[in-house]
Amino acid sequence: MAVTLLVPTALRTFTDGKKELEIAATTVGEAVTALADTYPDIKKHLYEDSGELRSFINIFVGETNIKSTGGLGTAVRDGDTVMLVPAIAGGALTVNN
Amino acid sequence: MDGGDDYMNSIITDDRLTELSNDEIARYSRHLLLPDIGVEGQKRLKAAKVLLVGTGGLGAPLALYLAAAGVGTLGIVDFDVVEASNLQRQIIHSTRDIDRPKVASARDKIKGLNPNVNVVVYDTTLTSANALDIIRDYDIVADGTDNYQTRYLVNDACVLLGKPNVYGSVFQFEGQASVFYAGAGPCYRCLYPAPPPPGLVPSCSEGGVMGVLPGIVGTIQAAEVIKLIVGGADSLIGRLLLFDAWGMKFRELKLEHDSNCPICGDNPTIHELIDYEQFCGLKKTHEEKKFDTITALELKARLDAGEPIQLIDTREPHERAIVKFPNAVAIPIGQAARRIDELDPNIDAVFICKIGQRSVFAMRALDEAGYTGRMLNLQDGVNAWARDVDKSLPTY
Ligand SMILES: [Zn+2]
Repeated sequence: MAVTLLVPTALRTFTDGKKELEIAATTVGEAVTALADTYPDIKKHLYEDSGELRSFINIFVGETNIKSTGGLGTAVRDGDTVMLVPAIAGGALTVNN
Repeated sequence: MDGGDDYMNSIITDDRLTELSNDEIARYSRHLLLPDIGVEGQKRLKAAKVLLVGTGGLGAPLALYLAAAGVGTLGIVDFDVVEASNLQRQIIHSTRDIDRPKVASARDKIKGLNPNVNVVVYDTTLTSANALDIIRDYDIVADGTDNYQTRYLVNDACVLLGKPNVYGSVFQFEGQASVFYAGAGPCYRCLYPAPPPPGLVPSCSEGGVMGVLPGIVGTIQAAEVIKLIVGGADSLIGRLLLFDAWGMKFRELKLEHDSNCPICGDNPTIHELIDYEQFCGLKKTHEEKKFDTITALELKARLDAGEPIQLIDTREPHERAIVKFPNAVAIPIGQAARRIDELDPNIDAVFICKIGQRSVFAMRALDEAGYTGRMLNLQDGVNAWARDVDKSLPTY
């Protein structure tokens, strides 16, 4: 059972530039855990300290947000596309000191 | 909303419509020939008031196409001045506009294209103090801003005032577009309850953006604005359009209203505008470790004195190709923690990036990985080195 995990540009710094990964998984959570195990540097950008998914990242299976299908426990099927969709601001994250 | 389909009725009421002049009929004839727009749709455009927040990459095509389309009133908010590095994508500004306020340059361009448009200029930053008063007068807001705090501010103000928020954003080769309209569909907070911690997602000034990308996404926003005004079209409400310019691929995702949304949900906790800098983590919190900084001139002096210093260039390879930092070891941010052993904790380490912001993330990653040596952040990054020490180097 393999799904295609799509990594957005903003997170590719942590996946050695990879934008697509084939991952064996039965749930979204397993797929994301496998990603974090392969690229440990991405972990703290995906999860809060509490272990919850960070709220500026949404995950879609196909065109549906996993928020409405049971979160990380959402089951995935062979051939599904799992997409990480982070918030992008389109510009300067200037720290205004 | 009409029943059944997602077609929106026009948000411009009939009592606001006025006749078109013969000049206007000539100018807008290609709209008038479209049965779905026609004379009535054009009158609605003429009556409409649209606020553009930002006159940058997204705001440029928005302003130009909405002016060309005959939107009666365009408000433009921007505090910035035109810089040379804007011209790669912000096509409403020209070379001779460098150093002019963006709103002045944009107003001239809009008036030159279509003198019928009433342009209202706000040469200011949109803030919690002025947003409601500014937005209140408009029918639609188009968000072309470049930072999270303004995005949440625009969203919240639109929800509180019941205005549609035509959203677009871009990063490198990727764009997003949607229409957030509480009551008819989800708002931005339904999708993203909170922003990323500052600096995690590099900004366009650090991460770069393909020049035509905001042109495409801003034009999509302009189409959505026109559709909301004319009515009868299938809007992007409840849909998130993703665009990948490098792969030339569009994807569409379903967005749902979140009944737990803090501002448009069943039990909202936000009833007025808040402090968005604080919300976006831009104000220093005491728990966050602060690293020491070193200026380019101080670093030069210490190197000239022969002090041993480890220079760590945290930029990506393609940036190092723009300008090399002499004698630095390249450790991109994403690799910092796993390459901790390459650093000698007995020697001061200076961390370098483009402008001294991203480097902090490499320092934080090393700190969390247990690095014990002294770490200094090069203030204002490579650009400061080029400005203050080696003037033969370019800034970017
Ligand atoms: Zn909401």
